[in-house]
Amino acid sequence: MKLFKIFKSGIIDENPTFRLVLGTCPTLAITTSAVNGIGMGLATTAVLIGSNVVISLLRKFIPNKVRIPAFVTVIAGFVTIVQMLLKAYVPSLDKALGIYIPLIVVNCIIMARAESFASKNPVLDSAIDGLGMGIGFTLAITVIGAIREILGNGSIFNVQLLGESASPALAMILPPGGFLVYGLAIGVVNLLTNRQVPVPACGTPEAGCEACPGNCNLNAEEKEGQA
Amino acid sequence: MLASILIAFVSAVFINNFVVVKFLGICPFLGVSKNIRTAAGMGVAVIFVMTFASSATWAVQEFLLKPLGLDYLQTIAFILVIAALVQLVEMVLQKTSEPLYKALGVYLPLITTNCAVLGVCILNLEIQGNARFLMSTLNGAFSGVGFTLAIVLFAGIRERLETADVPKCLEGFPISLIAASLVSLAFFGFKGLFQGLI
Repeated sequence: MKLFKIFKSGIIDENPTFRLVLGTCPTLAITTSAVNGIGMGLATTAVLIGSNVVISLLRKFIPNKVRIPAFVTVIAGFVTIVQMLLKAYVPSLDKALGIYIPLIVVNCIIMARAESFASKNPVLDSAIDGLGMGIGFTLAITVIGAIREILGNGSIFNVQLLGESASPALAMILPPGGFLVYGLAIGVVNLLTNRQVPVPACGTPEAGCEACPGNCNLNAEEKEGQA
Repeated sequence: MLASILIAFVSAVFINNFVVVKFLGICPFLGVSKNIRTAAGMGVAVIFVMTFASSATWAVQEFLLKPLGLDYLQTIAFILVIAALVQLVEMVLQKTSEPLYKALGVYLPLITTNCAVLGVCILNLEIQGNARFLMSTLNGAFSGVGFTLAIVLFAGIRERLETADVPKCLEGFPISLIAASLVSLAFFGFKGLFQGLI
């Protein structure tokens, strides 16, 4: 039951894309088509599960002071494995995602989960958390990808929907469309669930925000206040 | 030479702006853009780190990974170099320049996981020609300038958004993203600039 709850929280209550607003770079950059969304989502999920498991196993051995470099190394290792697998088996996807595959290393979802969940919880829980978060991320970016593909290219999963005569809004698969669709999608999710996006929880306050590139400006402002 | 540097500058700052066109470094772009002063501080810190990281990772790639045939360790090597570099820059600043450390110190730890830094190091590998070290370093610096420009501009817009009357479900991140969409659209206006230059 507890495992199911952890699983569900990643997909719905704490959806990394719509609720926590983490991992925004890949969310915006590669969602030009639904297929890219699925590919990126699955690659991230694989890294997330792997790194969560290993970090959870090592949580008693990693000294607190060097935990960030240690986490980064573990994550980078899994990213390299995923990158090599993609290159070998799905080169077309590897080409489409390009630089964003190595950049999974600095995807804040992974670091945030390592910091706030895997480093404090047993292995099985961490694996399920990784799976839930990964699927939540995959679903979210696939939906955004599908919307942008329909509007910007008139197709979905590479199947043409509109006839020759209709001209799709190209802007939607260009960068401005990415920001627009993502913003409106969060708005719609808020409207449907009647809730505000909480201040992004990149780790707990005592864990510090070092792991996260600064969605929550807590640390910076705090320190600035003291200075 | 001068012409190619100028083209690299215009390209990195305006045409292929790191944030609004290439979607790198979106997290700090959204997170640290609540007021212009913080945004400018973050921007300067990013220029600093990007410049050093570009030269350092170029050296690691050229003198360590390539001769040893370890290209596949690139991602791990680069992120570790960046993490170590950020730490080093922080320590050096703390020892040598108190005011600079005070101004940039709080942003430095956040930069390790800024994907713009790792991104520029990986993209630098695509640079061809005989002055690759110089061009990589300059590209790092110029991309940092582009980042700063975007984040400072955006901070100005967000300061105004604070007082604007937005629908409840769009408050916070959603309306910021929609504003970012317009900024991105504005940067698209630079697309044709290149033809005039060459």
